[in-house]
Amino acid sequence: MAEQQKKYSKPLPHIDEENRPWWEALQRHELYIQKCRECGATRYYPRALCTQCLSERTEWVRCAGRGKVYTFTVTYQNQAPGFRESLPYVMAYVELDEGIKMLTNLVDCRPEDVKIGMPVEVVYEDVTPEVTLAKFRPAR
Amino acid sequence: MSLSRKAAVAGAYEHPTRFAPDKSMFQIMAESIRGALADAGLTIKDVDGLCTTGIGMSGMGIVGFCDYMNLTPNFVDSTSIGGSSFVAHTAHAAAAIAAGLCSVCVVVYGSTAASSRFAIGTGGAGGGGDPCDQYEIPFGPTTVGSYAMVAQRHMHEYGTTSEQLAEIAVTMRLHASMNPVAKYREPITVGDVLASRIISSPLHLLDCCIISDGGGALVITSAERARDLRKKPVYVLGTGETVRHVADGHRDFLEIAPAQSGRLAFERAGVTHKDIDLAMIYDSFTITVLATLENLGFCKRGEGGAFVQGGRLRFDGELPCNTDGGGLSSNHPGMRGIFLVIEAARQLRGECGPRQVRDCNVALVHGTGGTLGTRHSGATLILSNQ
Ligand SMILES: [Zn+2]
Repeated sequence: MAEQQKKYSKPLPHIDEENRPWWEALQRHELYIQKCRECGATRYYPRALCTQCLSERTEWVRCAGRGKVYTFTVTYQNQAPGFRESLPYVMAYVELDEGIKMLTNLVDCRPEDVKIGMPVEVVYEDVTPEVTLAKFRPAR
Repeated sequence: MSLSRKAAVAGAYEHPTRFAPDKSMFQIMAESIRGALADAGLTIKDVDGLCTTGIGMSGMGIVGFCDYMNLTPNFVDSTSIGGSSFVAHTAHAAAAIAAGLCSVCVVVYGSTAASSRFAIGTGGAGGGGDPCDQYEIPFGPTTVGSYAMVAQRHMHEYGTTSEQLAEIAVTMRLHASMNPVAKYREPITVGDVLASRIISSPLHLLDCCIISDGGGALVITSAERARDLRKKPVYVLGTGETVRHVADGHRDFLEIAPAQSGRLAFERAGVTHKDIDLAMIYDSFTITVLATLENLGFCKRGEGGAFVQGGRLRFDGELPCNTDGGGLSSNHPGMRGIFLVIEAARQLRGECGPRQVRDCNVALVHGTGGTLGTRHSGATLILSNQ
């Protein structure tokens, strides 16, 4: 049983050369968004080119890891392996203080206590040796 | 160049099956084409254009389907943008005909989602190979969950209630009760919807579309040729299509595709909201209908909750919507855009019996594909019998 719990069965992201710096930062428990050095536009998720001007001159901006719940759902039914064992769970968009909405899970709180607008802070979950996920919990 | 009234739907057929374990997807598609051609008074030898989605692993299933049907068309389009695909195909077929690329184009769909026991809404979001997916799949997205997040935000910003969403499901079921081939025909109440279990908050089971097998086909030809065929032509007046997505993390999730595709379709058709006698709105979930009506401009943003109340969407109401019972009650084999066009065509021809909308001359169709809270497509069509 303990052996089974250790095995991580949820889907893992595909890490490639385009997004590797972002995932490596998460492994160091650091959260970044990208900012175009040419036009100043910010973007998430990480990509090589700015969508506004197609420049590849990119700055990585470190996030404070704080934000507010923009919207959420408590999932009671999902037949996918890894999730069907962890129902119910909270999936949410968090709007970071840096103005970016990112999809995540809210943890360390009861689903019934989640409210839109609730202040949250990042918590890093090291799910495999290669992958760390940015999840959020109520701000302390 | 305007596309208005250059092409028409000349044949429409909805496969009556809702559960067909004895049939393949291609067989359902072939039977649907036979039905639509018979409706139009044409034969398979007249067909020189074909549209369907990117079926199969390779996404090039349209070639395999041409093999199955022994077709060698002059025009093929397997635009694959989810459930809205067939609405877009109808527009593309009309444009192809107007441009002289083909003369009789079939739009076809078939699926065995129910008999293959495919968990459309709650199987976990599959695929997952695109860059955008890598920032979603670790967190357990489902189709229902994505739409639910839009509903939750709408409730927060505008005070929209579960009762208001439920009324949409109740109305669709009323319509299904008058459709002899609808899968669920027993009337329901707002209380029934609220008492059904929550799948992904705030959406209940009865806020979600059903899962069925099914199929259908349309025959599109020039307006001129359609006038000589068996049925009253249903002219394509205006079309629009677009996509919405997370927009670099800057998206307003209550601004959805129909805001753009609907505006284009109205402009191109030269009609206004007051002219619309029937709205066929993709109802994957109750929130899809509410958000789509707002974004099409039938009411102001935030007013959708009140707008759908009081029977306005009933077949005998101010804006009849989904008179076949929709995906919420009639059929939902995974991508039901084609059924929106089929029912609109039937209503415009006055073939709908007890659920017939009185004086139905102009219909708006809007298909949604994908997931509202992450990425989706929208395709709008405005059709008329005049
Ligand atoms: Zn730029």
